[in-house]
Amino acid sequence: MTVRRVMGTETEYGVTRPGDPRANPVHLSGQVVRAYATGAGPARALPTGSGWDYADETPLRDARGFEMARALADISQLTDTDDPTTANSVLSNGARLYVDHAHPEYSSPEVVSPRDAVRWDRAGDEVMLQSLATLAAQGEVLRLYKNNVDGKGASYGTHENYLVPRAVPFLTIAAGLLPFFVARQVLVGAGRVGLGQFSERPGFQISQRADYIEAEIGLETTLKRPIVNTRDEPHALGEKYRRLHIIVGDATLCDVGTLLRLGTTSLVLGLIEAGAAPPLELADPVAAIREISHDPGLRHTVELADGRRMTALEILATYRQAVQDHLGDDVDADTREVLDHWDGVAADLATDPTRCVGRVDWVTKLAVLEGYRRRDGLEWGDPRLSAIDIQWSDLDPARGLAARMRASGRLVTVVTPEEVAAAVVDPPVETRAWFRGQCVSRYAGQVRAASWDSVVFEPAPGRRDLRRVQLPEPLRGSRADIGELLDSVGDVDDLLAHLVTGED
Amino acid sequence: MAGQEQKRPQRREDEDTPPPEAPVAQTRESARTDDVDDLLDEIDGVLETNAEEFVHGFVQKGGQ
Repeated sequence: MTVRRVMGTETEYGVTRPGDPRANPVHLSGQVVRAYATGAGPARALPTGSGWDYADETPLRDARGFEMARALADISQLTDTDDPTTANSVLSNGARLYVDHAHPEYSSPEVVSPRDAVRWDRAGDEVMLQSLATLAAQGEVLRLYKNNVDGKGASYGTHENYLVPRAVPFLTIAAGLLPFFVARQVLVGAGRVGLGQFSERPGFQISQRADYIEAEIGLETTLKRPIVNTRDEPHALGEKYRRLHIIVGDATLCDVGTLLRLGTTSLVLGLIEAGAAPPLELADPVAAIREISHDPGLRHTVELADGRRMTALEILATYRQAVQDHLGDDVDADTREVLDHWDGVAADLATDPTRCVGRVDWVTKLAVLEGYRRRDGLEWGDPRLSAIDIQWSDLDPARGLAARMRASGRLVTVVTPEEVAAAVVDPPVETRAWFRGQCVSRYAGQVRAASWDSVVFEPAPGRRDLRRVQLPEPLRGSRADIGELLDSVGDVDDLLAHLVTGED
Repeated sequence: MAGQEQKRPQRREDEDTPPPEAPVAQTRESARTDDVDDLLDEIDGVLETNAEEFVHGFVQKGGQ
């Protein structure tokens, strides 16, 4: 069993113009995307006038086997029509940078290990910081936040994507994931000041997202958000693969938190694929996810369908044991790294959660908040604590509290600043993201559009003679696959000729 | 800082017959408290001065 599989993250950042709370967030988000593209230049980011190739997107197809009638869809679910008022770019690192609803979003390139997921996720933060620097030089000061709530009713997403074989029935996946996702937050929750969607009650909870989760399984992502999302857009060979689109998680700023978020989930998916998920079923998963989030003491037990009660740590230990039972003898380094962190964090949470400062986001945030409560005698309803919660996730290294803790060595890091800096420019080498990113950096003027599974060339710009290269296999188009060919061809025409004839 | 130096011995007296590991655990806890206090001193200067207005002004549109 291994953590390695095709995966990636999506981050919708909170955006503000200080002193101007009425600023149009769609406009601000468009500024952020355009500023990165112009600041980085065409070899690092497709001009935002380029297209996103929507040909293969089906946001209304449901994994349970039916397609939603377009007329019934909420307008906010339609992401497959190219809107000229919003900005979109594809980056040389294989990522997509665009405006999603009212937030700038960075969708990471496909990677195959949780460690690389951390690396290209943090590269997204650097992309955003470079954009802010470009804007600041033009006199436009904006702030970006890597969080998921405004505390006043709005929530925005940090999503995870995992490639799984189509042969595994969706409801089997959902059943295996539900208890895990309800419990997972104690390892990887980001922490939040305020209880309830509008922070109507004072207090601290483990997860940013829990109070906004209102269904067990469903298609919607902007209303009635489910624990397990059924959106069925594989962005790959549909008869062979499923892309699980996970919306229940929080944005994590601790490297270990991101590593565990992706790594433990990949392992649990491995259990489900092997038919080895623990036979746990919760009586009421939606109630349970909130109850666990509202208990930073980690003592609360949730009811199972068979009447038993378990804590979140006990549920996770059951999954961990199942992983151990199916691990096999050949454990790769990526899997070992995730298991070591999982075991270390779980043991410390069980004995003294404060030992997890620097590794678990909510514990780290809570330590700072409790520090202020102790030193300054603050109650949970004090706006200073709410302000700290928001400022925690400010990307600005001078203002952001998590960023400052990382800079002063208080957060355990999995990747180095140099690795992150390189990932802003370079694509991961093991997936088709490598081909996508290389096309941006090598053929900037001739890439007309791209998507997860295609690159559309305009070999003679202005002639509207478009050629689409399809990439339905996420592991094809890697450096090992196509690096030699790319180095050997002279220009786009040459490349296309080789790809069409299959000479490589 | 001086105030906290005084609090620690009191906390020890409040506990009855600590197990042998307790001093180690308390040293660790004190070290962590000191580290948090250092951090608070460091970030005091960058925190929003008008917390209420800052929180009030942080309004986002819902996303996915």
